[in-house]
Amino acid sequence: MAKTTLIDKLAILSDAAKYDASCASSGSEKRNAVKAKGIGSTEGSGICHAYAPDGRCISLLKLLLTNFCIYDCLYCVNRSSSNVARARFTAEEVVQLTMSFYRRNYIEGLFLSSGIIRSSDYTMEEMVRVAKLLRTRENFHGYIHLKTIPEASPALIEEAGLYADRLSINIELPTDVTLESLAPEKKPRDIRQAMGRLRMKIDDAKGEAADAGKSRAKPRRFAPAGQSTQMIIGADGTDDDQILGRSENLYGNYQLRRVYYSAFSPIPDSSSRLPLVKPPMMREHRLYQADWLMRFYGFNREEIVSGGEGGMLDLDIDPKLAWALKNRHLFPVDVNRADREMLLRVPGFGTRTVERILSSRPHRRLRLDDVAKLCRSAIAKARPFVVAADWSPGGATDRTDLRLDFVPRPKAPAPQQLSLF
Amino acid sequence: MGAAVYLARLAHPADFEGWRVAARDALALDLPPERIAFAVDGDPAPLFGEPMPEAPTQAEAVNVPRAFPELARQVVCHSDDDRFLLLYRLLWRLAHENRHLLDVATDPDVMRARSMTKAVYRDAHKMKAFVRFREVPTPDGGTHSIAWFEPFHHVVELTAPFFMRRFPGMVWSIVTPRRSVHWDGEALSFAPGGSAADRPADDAAEALWLTYYASIFNPARLKVKAMQAEMPKKYWHNLPEAALIAPLIRGAEEASRRMLATAPTLPSFRHEKQAERDTMARAAIKAPATMEAFGGFNRKPEDIEEAREQAKHCKACPLWEPATQTVFGEGPADASVIFVGEQPGDQEDLAGHPFVGPAGKVFNEALANAGIDRAQAYVTNAVKHFKFEPRGKRRIHSKPSMGEVKVCRWWLELERELIAPKLIVALGATAAAAVLGRTVTIRDTRSKLIDLPGGDTKLLVTVHPAYILRLPDPEAQAREREAFFADMARAKDYVPQIALAA
Repeated sequence: MAKTTLIDKLAILSDAAKYDASCASSGSEKRNAVKAKGIGSTEGSGICHAYAPDGRCISLLKLLLTNFCIYDCLYCVNRSSSNVARARFTAEEVVQLTMSFYRRNYIEGLFLSSGIIRSSDYTMEEMVRVAKLLRTRENFHGYIHLKTIPEASPALIEEAGLYADRLSINIELPTDVTLESLAPEKKPRDIRQAMGRLRMKIDDAKGEAADAGKSRAKPRRFAPAGQSTQMIIGADGTDDDQILGRSENLYGNYQLRRVYYSAFSPIPDSSSRLPLVKPPMMREHRLYQADWLMRFYGFNREEIVSGGEGGMLDLDIDPKLAWALKNRHLFPVDVNRADREMLLRVPGFGTRTVERILSSRPHRRLRLDDVAKLCRSAIAKARPFVVAADWSPGGATDRTDLRLDFVPRPKAPAPQQLSLF
Repeated sequence: MGAAVYLARLAHPADFEGWRVAARDALALDLPPERIAFAVDGDPAPLFGEPMPEAPTQAEAVNVPRAFPELARQVVCHSDDDRFLLLYRLLWRLAHENRHLLDVATDPDVMRARSMTKAVYRDAHKMKAFVRFREVPTPDGGTHSIAWFEPFHHVVELTAPFFMRRFPGMVWSIVTPRRSVHWDGEALSFAPGGSAADRPADDAAEALWLTYYASIFNPARLKVKAMQAEMPKKYWHNLPEAALIAPLIRGAEEASRRMLATAPTLPSFRHEKQAERDTMARAAIKAPATMEAFGGFNRKPEDIEEAREQAKHCKACPLWEPATQTVFGEGPADASVIFVGEQPGDQEDLAGHPFVGPAGKVFNEALANAGIDRAQAYVTNAVKHFKFEPRGKRRIHSKPSMGEVKVCRWWLELERELIAPKLIVALGATAAAAVLGRTVTIRDTRSKLIDLPGGDTKLLVTVHPAYILRLPDPEAQAREREAFFADMARAKDYVPQIALAA
């Protein structure tokens, strides 16, 4: 077999990494390389340096150190029983690629993951070595996200947190039962315990741990951008209620910064036990919206799920609108008088729209036209649910067929050129 | 003064300082917005306008809200010719009409300025994202990184500090049509613009980047509109990867179809070998056959280690699922005292150890006060999983039901039987009920040595340390703390073996 070149390895090991949805390079400490005369900075919000035609942002160089793997997780393209092309980077190669890409302003940093080879500790050690070389030898101050192997030894995790901005452990599937059935080597309890340990370390480093009162030296740096996880959607039969329940649990238990939802996407050389269909992208989108409502809009899971039917979110309309349509007795809301909490529940109003409404109100009585200026095209969604100085929706709020106004009408049979079938 | 219109000159397209000085003078001269015009040197000069007269030196300082200079700094970067005048009109209105004008989000001038800052912010953000350096060797053996970029607004000054903070260890230049910026490793310098010809021809790393761009794309998720919303076509001609977009889209449908049509292959020999090894390894671990049915509950553990191992898999009540792990008791297998709490809390659930959170601190204090060595005692809980209500990012402790206590009592009884202590200290009513098998009140049972049926073990009931923490009144807290300490002293008096070594 011909020797695999760097460019071949890159093709294989980035292809293998693309099913991980996480791309964030935000939320870390503010730092730069000016004093150190090095390379790299993180300034709070991340930057998407390019977008692939799948609409996903390219912010980090997302790589697998290797796609050889001793695990056989059915949903994973790199599972041991798959016959995809395999390759393995040296730590040095990953360091060179990262620096070369960063210097050209292609990326914000590195997101390194790996198949499990030999043992959890061996694999984790290799990943940590990459991060260490970047920080200590290359004087690199950009973003580093390391995938963390739950079973790796605490000393390695400690070191990973010292160099990485973010650590993540994938929960993979929404329930322990499906995870055990599709990923025989993974132990859901190990994953949760590892997340718990990460949270304690992260809290500790932030000085927020409950026992922070003990007098001791400043905690070591540990993953300032926190931890995140990913859940695959549509590979098993779990409903949205259970998925959001799992997210709620993970946010509360382990203070995750993000739960990423990844519509299960057909993978090359797939297992016959998994659905070979187009990825459920609208479902993924609705779950992200629901997740946002739980975290930034004061909704709880029961409310969000009640907007749909049978534990599933309404795919045709967004979850806030779906909830409002089922709770019309709370509407219309007077934009000139309602409190923030209720304004946040108006369909079409984002957090910024609500801020602007609140800051404008002391100066003038808002008319529908003013509201339209503040929320732009979303005014169509808001109109039946609000009262303004010159506007009342009258009976519109309670119209039985109101939902139909928002359901996208099926177009004339369009050329199905993007369909998979 | 007549109705003359004055002309303020600005040094470059985003000359905020120049605008600030001119605007301050104009305001001091009481010039309404109709009587001032702004022109950037090098732009076509306006048809009329007299040079600005000197402003009175004793002019009153203008008080503007802090948000205004910030806004103005962004608006001057916009490409619209009337940006300077708009800013002056806003300043005039802030001074004469409404000091809180910027809060009126629906005012046309405010809206326009806001939409301009948005455009500028976006363009600056895209510049930070889409500048692509190419490297050329320098005569001294170093590297010069050069980028050619065409922003839609005057954002070179705005973004230069970002590039400086990010690439201080490089020598770099960014050239745009109107302005260019250069970093020599020590300082930033600005110069007039250049042309696309200033861009180096090629760069060796670009082929790798293109490979990455093509490989990270998932053809099964084609979403061209979403891509274009964030990477508008107007930027494409300076992005090397943009040349791949059309062929990737064309190939996407075919790639997906191929993937779905290809039947799964048989696992490789390598996998089969590995699978065989794993199966054998797992069989070897399971050899003692204790864990087979019902997670081990068909067989009673023989020692505390075995019990702890089995309890990890306990699903006897629904509390296991939202919790992180079973928090089993800890301490010597022959301890002479068992302390029983209610259930693990947030910290205990994460750490997997009993009494390590805030209540654990009070507990440790009380032990220290009584001179008890925690390492010699066995510490556990009536219920082994944390019961809580999710509240956003927090978990609120909720009291275990008597049903849950009853189910979990199996473990507590086992711990008691295997350890056979002289004394059990129940911390709180739940613990007392779990030990006694019936509900009792703290008031009736506290601080007494109670005989437990069938053996030499005594029970001492006291409060749960979390109860002390929840008392709002500091005096009551101090009183309860003393009483709790006294109960610990009673425990030590009855079992002097658990005293700290002198």
